[in-house]
Amino acid sequence: MPVDDHLPRPEGDALLHGARQAGRGALKVFLGYASGVGKSFRMFDEGRRRHDRGQDVVVAAMQPDMDPEATEAARDLPVIPTRTVEGVPVLDVESVLARRPQICLVDGLAYDNPSGSRNRRRCEDVEELLAAGITVLTSINLAYIEEQQPFVRTVTGDAPDQAVPQGFVTRADEVVVVDAPPAADTPSRAQQLSLLRQRALLLTADVVDHQLEAYLRLHGVLPTWGTQERILVCMTPRANAAAMLASGRRNAERFHGELFAVYVRQANLTLPDRLALARNVRLARAAHARISILDAQDPIGSILEYARFHGVTQLFVGHNLRPTWRARLTGGLLDRLIEQAEGMDVRVFPH
Amino acid sequence: MRGRLKLFLGYAAGVGKTYQMLSEAQDLKKHGIDVVIGYFEPHGRAETIALTEGLDVVPRRVVEHQGSRFEEMDTDAIVQRRPQVAVADEFAHPNAPFSARPRRWEDVRVLLDAGIDVLTTMNVQHLESLNDQIWQTTNVRVRDTVPDWVLAQADEIVMVDLTPRALLNRLKRGVVYPPDRARAALQNVFREPTLVALRELAMRQTAHAAESREMPVDSGTGASAAPARDERLLILITPDPASAALIRRGRRVADYLQADCLAVFVSDTPDLRHLTPEERKNTERHLNFARGLHIDTRTLVGSDVARALVEFARTNKVTQMFVMREKKSGFHLVRRGLVQRIVSLAGDMEVTIVSDRSGQRPVR
Repeated sequence: MPVDDHLPRPEGDALLHGARQAGRGALKVFLGYASGVGKSFRMFDEGRRRHDRGQDVVVAAMQPDMDPEATEAARDLPVIPTRTVEGVPVLDVESVLARRPQICLVDGLAYDNPSGSRNRRRCEDVEELLAAGITVLTSINLAYIEEQQPFVRTVTGDAPDQAVPQGFVTRADEVVVVDAPPAADTPSRAQQLSLLRQRALLLTADVVDHQLEAYLRLHGVLPTWGTQERILVCMTPRANAAAMLASGRRNAERFHGELFAVYVRQANLTLPDRLALARNVRLARAAHARISILDAQDPIGSILEYARFHGVTQLFVGHNLRPTWRARLTGGLLDRLIEQAEGMDVRVFPH
Repeated sequence: MRGRLKLFLGYAAGVGKTYQMLSEAQDLKKHGIDVVIGYFEPHGRAETIALTEGLDVVPRRVVEHQGSRFEEMDTDAIVQRRPQVAVADEFAHPNAPFSARPRRWEDVRVLLDAGIDVLTTMNVQHLESLNDQIWQTTNVRVRDTVPDWVLAQADEIVMVDLTPRALLNRLKRGVVYPPDRARAALQNVFREPTLVALRELAMRQTAHAAESREMPVDSGTGASAAPARDERLLILITPDPASAALIRRGRRVADYLQADCLAVFVSDTPDLRHLTPEERKNTERHLNFARGLHIDTRTLVGSDVARALVEFARTNKVTQMFVMREKKSGFHLVRRGLVQRIVSLAGDMEVTIVSDRSGQRPVR
């Protein structure tokens, strides 16, 4: 019997649609890591299935060079063709709004409309359809997401001119990652595709993670499931923070997780201690950690509360080996921390 | 030459793993490749069954055991038939009692050794190192697990993705299970937050697999052949049943850090005679479990556990020791103060204290 069976159980749609405003259409994005992985096919295939089940599906944009499978899947679907303005295909938003289908398919999201169009970019056209209550299925390549372009450029040496803001994709109600093994003719191309593929999977995993976190918070459940590793480095003036942060950064990267760093506010710090702490905070910032300052009333309690709230899976703490009264005191704190860190690993660093 | 293994990874029944695998089999056949179905689980799904049309099937082996009838993949018959590619659904499937090999993944290895390429399917739930997390997430303890090193030998892992909402719709429409079973499933594992968490795990696992594949892999052991290992991890095994979770966690962390992984049990006597029969049984099970996960495992003799552990660690250039958290009222062999002593003796080594995750509530 589940422990928390008394929690209100969401209806099927509740999780992904909890945040969606009433009357708004749902956005579903098919994300591919390169062209030719079959995201257009997946999108049209879903359109065809929904059409066969009696839903009102309309295609509002197709790509010029569709593969035979995708063309076949789109064959029986009604189409509102794009208008060609200055050689650019533009969604016929007016006609789609007038036609009011339940579901609209837009193959290729990253187009800039010519000047003088209703909207500057195609994703703004889509926004209008969503606002009108039309559900939109659309497809996009990783290389067309603005924030991913520096990465794509590093990997492949090139990125397209046009792009969609990442937020448009990550705020979608649903993101499907269309994963197919890289078909490459050279080892270096295979390596490139593999890196793009990992990035697409991890980006989707992050979207999913945030949706789950939002849902759990909404229902008062703390995120202790550990689908993603989250590392928290506890800094004190004396701790060997440089080593802990370096290791924390490395671990976070290997696990594709998140790095946090906290220090507990202490009164009456000596000048050297204050300087050491300031240096540690600078190091934490350089390690791209999320930094917080915690209250000192109950240091162990505040660290653990912070860790639980953020779904931390690994706590990094320093341990003083010198057998002084101060060390014995910290030793006691360490024991308490270990004892109370339910559901987390505690990694003790020498210093 | 050894065959290539391609695995379609999903996060629940009904996401379309078998469908995608069979689509690929049909594709291969179209290109003139000799494909056979070695094993396929239809689950009564019409669309999937339609995809087997035209594919040669190697009949299943029928096993009678204590009045029950089992049908298993006929590995020997497939090897004799010598196709280029064999479809072997459900990689984690346990074989009927008294089969030549206890698990389907072991049968698949026989096919690969015979030079046959294999297409197979698996849900992320069955991965050994995720066992505790899956338990925490779903409240289900998965018994049929596949060790991580076996998955590391797959040449390709493809994530078969379907959004939980689409999956739930399929379930409600009766595509996945018959109505009674569908209703039960909706009450249990098929709850949306659970599915979302499992889906995320599958995505991260697939990304991790792709990343590991960029490094040269020793095909014999599945271990990364990259020499640049600056970390070594040592796990302290005890008779405490929580050792299993500690071993899984240590193995997982070592894999992600590309670190070597060792484990020791420290015994008062060389033959474990001082232990109660139950403790001895547990200890032996843990040692075997660790070996099954390709962890280099030893028994040390000594009465001072902390000192023996730390000395072994130092001699073997260990950078990080993994120990279980002591329980407030627990197993007497995890002596109170042991962790404290290990930490104080550790010197420049790191010590990771792993807490038993069993007390946590599942995601629902």
